[in-house]
Amino acid sequence: MTDYDAVIIGAGHNGLVCAGYLAKAGKNVLVVDGRTEPGGCASTREFTPGFRVSDCAQWLSQFDQSIVKDLDLTGAGLSLGKPKATIALQPDSNHLILDGDTITGAGVDSADQTAYRDFKNMVRSFAKLMTTLYRSRPPKLVEQNWADRLTLMKLGLGLKLLGRERLRDLMRIVMINIYDVMNEHFANAAVKSAIALDAITGTNMGPRSPNTVYSYLHRATGEHLAQTGTTQVMGGMGALGQSLANAAEKRGATLRLGSPVTAIVKTDDRVTGVTLASGETISAKLVISSADPTTTFRNLLGYHQMEAGMARRVEHYRSRSGTAKLHLALSAVPNFKGLTEAQLTERLVITPSMDGMETALNPMKYRELSDLHTFDISIPTLEDPALAPAGQHVLSAIVHYVPYTPDIGWEAGKPQLLNQLLRELEVFAPGISELVIASDLAVPSDLEASHGMTGGSWHHGELSIDQALMMRPFPGSTQYATAVNGLYLCGAGAHPGGGLQGLPGRNAAKEILKQGALS
Amino acid sequence: MNQYDAIVIGAGHNGLTNGAYLAKAGLKVAVLERNPYIGGATVSRELHKGWWYSNCSYVSSLLRPEITRDLELPRHGLQVVSFGGGATFMRNGDYFGNYSDHGRHYREIARHSKRDANAYDRYAADTSLQTKLIRPYLMRTPPDPTSLKPRDLRDLLEFARSFMDLGEEKLLDTIKFWTASVGDYLNEYFETDVIKAHMAGSGIIGTALGVYSPGTAYVLLHHYMGDVDGNVGAWGFARGGMGAIANALSKAFQSFGGEIICDANVDEVIVKNGKAAGVALKDGREYRAPIVVSNLDPKRTFLDIINPSDLPKDVLKKATNFKIRGSSGKLNIALDGLPVFHGLDPKNRLMAGDLHFSDSLERQERAYDDWKAGTWSKDPYLDMMIPSLTDPTMAPPGKHMMSVFVQYAPPKIEGREWTDADKDGFEKSVIDQISNYSPNFRDLILHCETRTPREIEAEVGLTEGNIFMGELTFDQLLFNRPFPGYAQYRSPIKGMYMCSSGTHPGGGVMAAPGANAAREILADLKRPNTVPGGYADD
Repeated sequence: MTDYDAVIIGAGHNGLVCAGYLAKAGKNVLVVDGRTEPGGCASTREFTPGFRVSDCAQWLSQFDQSIVKDLDLTGAGLSLGKPKATIALQPDSNHLILDGDTITGAGVDSADQTAYRDFKNMVRSFAKLMTTLYRSRPPKLVEQNWADRLTLMKLGLGLKLLGRERLRDLMRIVMINIYDVMNEHFANAAVKSAIALDAITGTNMGPRSPNTVYSYLHRATGEHLAQTGTTQVMGGMGALGQSLANAAEKRGATLRLGSPVTAIVKTDDRVTGVTLASGETISAKLVISSADPTTTFRNLLGYHQMEAGMARRVEHYRSRSGTAKLHLALSAVPNFKGLTEAQLTERLVITPSMDGMETALNPMKYRELSDLHTFDISIPTLEDPALAPAGQHVLSAIVHYVPYTPDIGWEAGKPQLLNQLLRELEVFAPGISELVIASDLAVPSDLEASHGMTGGSWHHGELSIDQALMMRPFPGSTQYATAVNGLYLCGAGAHPGGGLQGLPGRNAAKEILKQGALS
Repeated sequence: MNQYDAIVIGAGHNGLTNGAYLAKAGLKVAVLERNPYIGGATVSRELHKGWWYSNCSYVSSLLRPEITRDLELPRHGLQVVSFGGGATFMRNGDYFGNYSDHGRHYREIARHSKRDANAYDRYAADTSLQTKLIRPYLMRTPPDPTSLKPRDLRDLLEFARSFMDLGEEKLLDTIKFWTASVGDYLNEYFETDVIKAHMAGSGIIGTALGVYSPGTAYVLLHHYMGDVDGNVGAWGFARGGMGAIANALSKAFQSFGGEIICDANVDEVIVKNGKAAGVALKDGREYRAPIVVSNLDPKRTFLDIINPSDLPKDVLKKATNFKIRGSSGKLNIALDGLPVFHGLDPKNRLMAGDLHFSDSLERQERAYDDWKAGTWSKDPYLDMMIPSLTDPTMAPPGKHMMSVFVQYAPPKIEGREWTDADKDGFEKSVIDQISNYSPNFRDLILHCETRTPREIEAEVGLTEGNIFMGELTFDQLLFNRPFPGYAQYRSPIKGMYMCSSGTHPGGGVMAAPGANAAREILADLKRPNTVPGGYADD
């Protein structure tokens, strides 16, 4: 007899989604997490008294709608803000506004407009195809069974339906970089870099790096998966984590927070449970990990518990990230040049030209700090004033490119980087530094420590072609079941990968139930 | 009488190969060449009295053995002599040697890292598996995955099956190999900087990507898939310089009755009623033929010598977007004697191999950063050879010829054309780099020919000076080369074909594109095929 049918490591959004589905199917599930709040990267944190921010992820744009429905997240307390336009700030204040399929400002002409519509249509058709694959177990290519063949047939049909020219476009662009694709489609530099920013967010790649088109398409699946546009979550991203926790508990799942897992227990040839920091061991028929693959296999299971070939794959799984998160507590609404206060509620991005982004990237490769960054900014308190004291605000920004650890160390490096970021913000929001009451800068190594993400990688491993789809996280452990008996993956390190989609958790639960691994 | 059965534009190695197979089938063929000499980038030139420079391509491995044998190139004077190994000099005065003898090589790696020495066999086996996969497809026309023609479906199925036969894990490893960066790929085997850097060079040569850019592992494979005398992965010198390959091909071509016309600069392909009818030269001469084959790169073919009104819009767009990026330059140097390098005995056989000075991936990546910023690398990656150590015909007795391939050199300097002052600066950065490791090098220089992308483009006609006639990235390989839908050597104009390195299987002195194109042309003409099939590896 085991304590539980399944113990899920990690109460991040994927772990909770997986728990919700398994509990809904009547399984006896325990979710354990070292953090005291549910949600993982979908968390809200009071970083200074009175000011609460979305700790990691700040935009909800691709959360699969079927999960919202299946787990009744709205009933569990999830409430979304209004869909946001993206405003790419320009030094001359003639800002570029991207709203749905239209672009305005920054000198865009009708040719750019048409090009943008065509581009969006192309991306939409490719992303739709990917959605088919994203909502399924990733098919094996050689050792297929009927389920895999069905997915592949659906995919083949989708490819055929694209039409010959689109299919040829797809064959060509899916492996290449966003830099070339932008230059092929657009003349306007502001449009190019605003789109390119979406292709590099959460990665350590520059626009010239192949794989960035895939990364862009990955985000673009949101249009089919979520159909909400880019929104903020009322109460901060932690409210998503809380609603998922509520939904799972309502269906009978048990949550144990503040209880870090220290090891996955393997007896003979299968995994039988987990050990907590308290020394307590919990037994279960299955252990399902939403921790990233490196944490799961290297830190919790240990290389001595697996074959050498698998250990090598774990060791070479790549989880580098150039993403940092900046939070500012502001005493008043900041003034951004050329923006109305209403426009401040939108998603604001600051990015140099694509070549500038490449230059900004270079120092990160050599563990140095850059003097140029990209910003993806949210001022959530304008739509959700409860996050800060009355009349005061928070500004959060996703920042690129920041090294994991600079050679000068973070103790000296962090104040330097913070000053640099404020200097760059001042160009667009003069006087913002004087409004700052408190600040917080989470660099990749901080995010690794606070959220257990190896390398600070938001995607639980780089989203490159060789670590995506049927190769995620690595051969031999690709269909949620791993090469170790009884151990499953349900986090962003499993197909279809990172971002707040919830699909790894959902797909893993469905696969486990279908396989009858718990019956 | 200017009427032919087929006209080939460009007497580079692919044009000559294509012409040879068409002529062998009994066609009356003329190969037109813009320069007063043949060879294109496969050429030897006596640019300093007594010294022969392979002044573009400089080593041979990819040339298909099927073609060498079938066209009896050795009988026409071609001899390729393999060279053993190479070395990367380190800033600390040491070096890493790459020996062709396995035991010696193991010991050398172990001198730097025991762990890496033990990883080497695994690396060699994995990489060799990939070359075995790709080699059977070099002498074949790539299938079109969007086509439903029986031939395409059959070839695709066969292609798919050869991959499926690998099994799930090996197949996924293959995809990884084809998409990874050479840096990440090597990181999976080795820990030592200099060893990784030595091998990573093959992943960036001729490519506008850095060692950390995904896709560069394939470029490494592209340099490993050739052979010298059946030795897969080996490289060699053509005796007399690379021009010996073009000369042998031209003799084979002429032995079948083919005609080579130099100083014939094509202005435009003549198209009548949607069909190719011949070419008009810049000097007004015209040559007529129902078959016109372009050995120019895809950009020059579709944007320079064809009237845009003769082409569908999508092809114009595809040609405009075709990626052919200048990324490299070359120095050819006449030396008064043999230079001495820190740490290496001048009598060591490694001196006759490929020599380098970038001892870490990071230095190679920084060299790429300079290219991205629109300038030549200040700490360039060099692939340096002294062919006269192997082939005494390249320089007078006691003297030496040195070939230095340089990466990176951008097609434009910060957006403007190269100037002579830029060229001098580029040359200086290379000479300085070598001098850092060789005290007597600078004093031995008798003559130096410096070629930036500007010079390469002007002489050879390679757009932007790109040595592969198009980036070797996956969007431009196999059925995507040069563009999806046009990978079977046919242009959208009836009777007009492509046979350059801009078509499958791509760049390097391989001659496979020329041969493959000839096979397609002969099939369209319903003539018997003269092109040999690929040899099977054991």
